[in-house]
Amino acid sequence: MKYVDEYHDAELARRLAKRITDAASRPWTIMEVCGGQTHTLVRHGIDQLLPDEVRLVHGPGCPVCVTPLSVIDHAIEIAGRPDTILCSFGDMLRVPGSATDLQQVRATGSDVRVVYSPLDAVDIATGNPDRTVVFFAVGFETTAPANAMAVHRATAQGVDNFALLVAHVLVPPAMLAILSAPGNRVQGFLGPGHVCTVMGWGEYEPIAASCGVPIVITGFEPVDLLEGILMLVTQLEEGRHEVENQYVRSVRREGNPAARAVVAEVFEPCDQAWRGIGTLPSSGLRLREAYRGFDAALRFPTDLQVPDDSRLCIAGQVLQGRALPDECAAFGLECTPEHPLGAPMVSSEGACAAYHAAGRVGTRRPG
Amino acid sequence: MTAGGNAEPVGSCPTPLPPGEAVLLGHGSGGRLTSELIDGIFLDRFANPELARLGDSAVVEVGGLRLAFTTDAFVVTPAFFPGSDIGALSVNGTVNDLAMVGAAPLFLSAAFILEEGLLVEDLTTISDSMAEACRVAGVTLVTGDTKVVERGGADGIFITTSGVGLVPDGLDLGPDRLLAGDVILVSGPVGTHGVAVMSQRAGIGFDVDIVSDTAPLTGLVEEVLAAAEVHCLRDATRGGLATVLCELASASQVRLLLREADVPVLDAVRAACATLGLDPLYVANEGVCVAAVAGSDADAALRAARSHPLGARAAIVGLVESGPEGVQLETAVGTRRPIHMLAGEALPRIC
Repeated sequence: MKYVDEYHDAELARRLAKRITDAASRPWTIMEVCGGQTHTLVRHGIDQLLPDEVRLVHGPGCPVCVTPLSVIDHAIEIAGRPDTILCSFGDMLRVPGSATDLQQVRATGSDVRVVYSPLDAVDIATGNPDRTVVFFAVGFETTAPANAMAVHRATAQGVDNFALLVAHVLVPPAMLAILSAPGNRVQGFLGPGHVCTVMGWGEYEPIAASCGVPIVITGFEPVDLLEGILMLVTQLEEGRHEVENQYVRSVRREGNPAARAVVAEVFEPCDQAWRGIGTLPSSGLRLREAYRGFDAALRFPTDLQVPDDSRLCIAGQVLQGRALPDECAAFGLECTPEHPLGAPMVSSEGACAAYHAAGRVGTRRPG
Repeated sequence: MTAGGNAEPVGSCPTPLPPGEAVLLGHGSGGRLTSELIDGIFLDRFANPELARLGDSAVVEVGGLRLAFTTDAFVVTPAFFPGSDIGALSVNGTVNDLAMVGAAPLFLSAAFILEEGLLVEDLTTISDSMAEACRVAGVTLVTGDTKVVERGGADGIFITTSGVGLVPDGLDLGPDRLLAGDVILVSGPVGTHGVAVMSQRAGIGFDVDIVSDTAPLTGLVEEVLAAAEVHCLRDATRGGLATVLCELASASQVRLLLREADVPVLDAVRAACATLGLDPLYVANEGVCVAAVAGSDADAALRAARSHPLGARAAIVGLVESGPEGVQLETAVGTRRPIHMLAGEALPRIC
């Protein structure tokens, strides 16, 4: 963890900011894809170091933020059954469903457990053979290998009371959707460092080439982000649109072949609904036929009707970089981390929560 | 993008809790949800000026003496964690609450809620650890109570301790006494206890050398009080350093500047926080206090703190500025932004 301090170096940060200022001759709009990057940018006030020419907008890369309301309601319904244990990453517990959230149903008696790895959920299943343990498998390509491994292990150990409620999402289709939307203003991407640690960056090259946008795979510390922005601005100024890798200490071109292999064995691409954005083709993962027995959605079918999201909430626009969180009328008023209207206010990686934690003030707030 | 300039007022009027809503784990985090519960339910019903100060201890006059009085419940899970256990924690926590008003501890009470099935061996170990903590802190446990609940009615063992001590004449510390020009001192590295407990929780299994910082702060506090003009002391427990500073800024209606680069954090704690997505400024401590000290006494206070074994890594981390109420963080890369209290649940049941 030696890396932590050198990537917080104030002097280096100032030098990079100066080089960005020198390089930017006209306005550029840049999107960071990943919620972890949004968190660092806002937490460290990186935008305060940047010239006016560089405008940052925030992307859809917060997995809990884009998980559809219907899936959250389904998870809540499964958690409410007496014969189930619902396991989840902690972030999902406070994400509002249409009527309640997992935290509330846990408080009133449902067995909802926070785990740090889906493999722990397999162990819980082994220890509770009379109940079905459902792991809420959300996330981008980053969490898919561990979820695939959990299915692998459950298969190998003959654990048949384990299932996944899958709501996986993939980054490249979301980037394509943002670029092809009418009124798109994103001119370059800071690519998702953790996702590319698993997947590599080969699949981003066709996007850069066909859409004419530069993509710089970027890390998560303040100096990483400033360096990524400098590389992106340099490409934009020079009229280049290539995939470059700032996060060289973690990402290789081919990613992690072993992790990719286990994901490909267990999952296959499928059309996927994104909360606030809509259904995007081949933008999600589902269990392959051979592993369909682990699909919680098939084991516990639902006929829930899901109402629309709050009309006040503009999460969909925020997630596509069309609005900044503090431009939302509900920001910091009706919608706060304690009482969120939309998912981006819940996860620390959600753009709205990051803005709120950094003390940014909404446009409707008096004074 | 909007610059993060204007501070949202902290400690503003809470939203009343809607009927039908259940108590959540986040209501015990020590952050904003906890404040909602305290402000929305308890403060009105027990209204009195001493309670309203929301100090670590109440200070009441009895027969011409100024008595410090406090109580604290301990529900940490697991009950045994690296460096200590719930027994020592339950003594040190109450001793430290007394120390924060400048009082040396005199007497403690302890109430035990035991779950059917708790191993007697574990209860013995916990009691040994409490007795040793009492000896180190120089306090006598003079009364207690024991209840046993059926299996599932508690989680092994819960302990509540109360304590009394005497406040020296002329000393009036309080969260509402900060003045522009004061400096903020922390007595040691932050975030250690929370990460030590977290490392033992199911599913994390960190193999790192982090032990809880639980310790009685009375001796260190005495050194600092003797050397410097101190306006406030605060135990940085649940909600961590950031939440405590927000409470102080609100109570004193002042503006605090916290310099992130100056805040001591152990390397292993910083690494664990980076991995778990936590901010060490919001992680709980059990042997770290925050002191607001007159600016002219900054060096003297720092020397005094560092002269004590628990204060070897004490640091001046900020100051009280003039300006609108709130807490500003000067980040490690030199930008500024406001910080707020912890919103909800971060680390469940760490004390």
